[in-house]
Amino acid sequence: MNELERAVADAHRREWAFVLAATARVTGDLDLAEECVQDAYLAALDAWTRDGVPGKPGAWLTRTATRKALDLLRRDKVFRAKMPLLVEPDPEMDLTDATDEIPDDRLRLIFTCCHPALAREAQVALTLRLVCGVATPDISRAFLVSEPTMAARLTRAKKKIAAARIPYRVPGPADLPERLDAVLSVIHLLYTTGHTAPSGAGLVRADLVERAITLARMLLALMPDEPEVRGLLALLLLTDARRAARTDAEGRLVLLADQDRSLWDHAAIAEGRDLAVAAFRTGRVGRYAVQAAIASLHAVTPTDWPQVVGLYDLLLRIWPSPVVALNRAVAVAMADGPETALAEVERLAADDRLAGYHYLPAVRADLLRRLSRFEEAADAYRAAIALADNDAEREFLQSRLAEVVSG
Amino acid sequence: MPQYAVIIHSPAPADPAALTPDYLALLERYPAQIEELGGKEIAGFALEAGTTATSIRGDVVTDGPFTEAKEVVAGFFVLEAPDLDVALDIAKLNPACADGGVEVRPLFAWAPDGRA
Repeated sequence: MNELERAVADAHRREWAFVLAATARVTGDLDLAEECVQDAYLAALDAWTRDGVPGKPGAWLTRTATRKALDLLRRDKVFRAKMPLLVEPDPEMDLTDATDEIPDDRLRLIFTCCHPALAREAQVALTLRLVCGVATPDISRAFLVSEPTMAARLTRAKKKIAAARIPYRVPGPADLPERLDAVLSVIHLLYTTGHTAPSGAGLVRADLVERAITLARMLLALMPDEPEVRGLLALLLLTDARRAARTDAEGRLVLLADQDRSLWDHAAIAEGRDLAVAAFRTGRVGRYAVQAAIASLHAVTPTDWPQVVGLYDLLLRIWPSPVVALNRAVAVAMADGPETALAEVERLAADDRLAGYHYLPAVRADLLRRLSRFEEAADAYRAAIALADNDAEREFLQSRLAEVVSG
Repeated sequence: MPQYAVIIHSPAPADPAALTPDYLALLERYPAQIEELGGKEIAGFALEAGTTATSIRGDVVTDGPFTEAKEVVAGFFVLEAPDLDVALDIAKLNPACADGGVEVRPLFAWAPDGRA
C-alpha cells in the first residue's frame, strides 16, 4: 500500500460514518447515500494523487459524495418518487459550498440503524455496513451466512426504513433510554460475537471486537453524558484486555485464574477502570457499568469475591436475568464455597429460560468436581459438551471430563 | 404524510358484539389520543366475528379465517402519521394491544409515473 492508498484507507476508517451520515441527510435515501459515498472514496484516490490529501478529508469526501448525489437526483427524477428518509425540517446546509462546517449526523445514522422496528440481526448488519463501512462480504463471513443472504438482509432493512418511514433522527428524551439501550445492545452483541465466536473454530474474530470498541468510543464522543455508554466502553475494554491470555498457543481456552497476567493489556484495564468509576460517580449506573465494575475486580489479585457477589446483587436488581444469577453463583462459589453455590445452581436449573444454555451444566459440573462428586460431575460435563458450539470451549470441557473420569 | 394500515388482531373469534364495556370505553377515547399524538384516522372498519369468515385458497373454499391462529383480524384502520415513530406510539395505545396486538404496515404509495 502506498502513502496515498493509506491516506484513503485511513479516511475510510475514521470518516466513513461522518461522510455517510451527512450525505444521507441530503439524499434522504440510505442506498443512494451509500453508493455516492463509495464513489467519493474511489474519486479520492485520483484527486488526492493529483492535488494532495486535503486538510479535512471528511469534508472533502462529504462534498464529493453530496455533489454526486445531487447530480443523480437531478438527472433521474425517479429517485424523487422514492419515499425519502424523514429529516426534520431544519435549515438545510448547502454542502456543495466550500464551507468547512458540516453538521455531524452520525447519531442520527446510528439510531436509525438500531431502530426497534428492525430485527436485531438487521440492526447489527446495518450498523456494520452503514456506520462502520464494512463491506457486505466481510459482514457475511463474520456472521457465518452466505453473501447473498447478508446482502438480502441489508436490502430488506434499507427498504423497510424507506417504506415504513423510519425517521432519520435522534430520539427525544422520552424515548432515549430505551432507544439507547438498543444501540448499546447492538454494539455489545458485535463484541460478544467476535469475542466468543458462537460456532466453529477460533475463539476471537478480532475484527468484530475492534469494530465494537471503535463504535463504543465513537458513541461516547457523541454522547459524553450517558453513563451507560461509558459503562459499555469500560466493559469492552476490561474484557478485551485479557484477550491475549484467554487461549494458549494451541488455541485452547485458559481459565481466568490460570491466565498469564503479563499478557493482559494493562493500559486498557486502567482506562476501563477509570471509565467504570466515572460512570458510577454519576449515580445513574446501569447494567453495563456494573458489569464493567465486576470485570475490573477480576483484573485485581487477589480478587475480592465478596465484593464481586455484592455487585452481582446490584446487577440482578437492575437486570433480573437467570444468566446473571448463574454468574453470581460462580462468584458465590469463590466467596462462600462450592456447596452454597451448588444449591443456587440447582435452583436455577429449574428455570426454563436456561434450558439449552451450556454454561449451566458447565458451572454445575465444575462445582460437583470441586466437591469431589466425580460421577455427577462427569454427567454434567457431558451435558455441557452436547450443548457447547464453540470448538475451544468444547475442547476445554472434554479435558475436564477426562480428568474427573480418571478420578 | 405517509399512511399506514393498522391491523387489529384479537383473540378468536373476535366478536365485536362481545366487547366488554371497559374495552368500549377505551375505544371511545382513542380518536382523541390519535389526534393528540399528531396522527389522523382516514378510515376504519371493525369486522364481524372470525367465525363468519370464509376463506378461499386456490379453488378450495373453507369456513373460517385465512390463517389458523389464536388471534384473528378483528378490524383495521388507515392512519396518517408523520413517521413510523408517531404511528407506533399511536398503535401502542390501541386497546387491542392488551390481549391481542396490532400490525402497523405502510400503505404502498404509487409514484405519479406508475412506478413504485
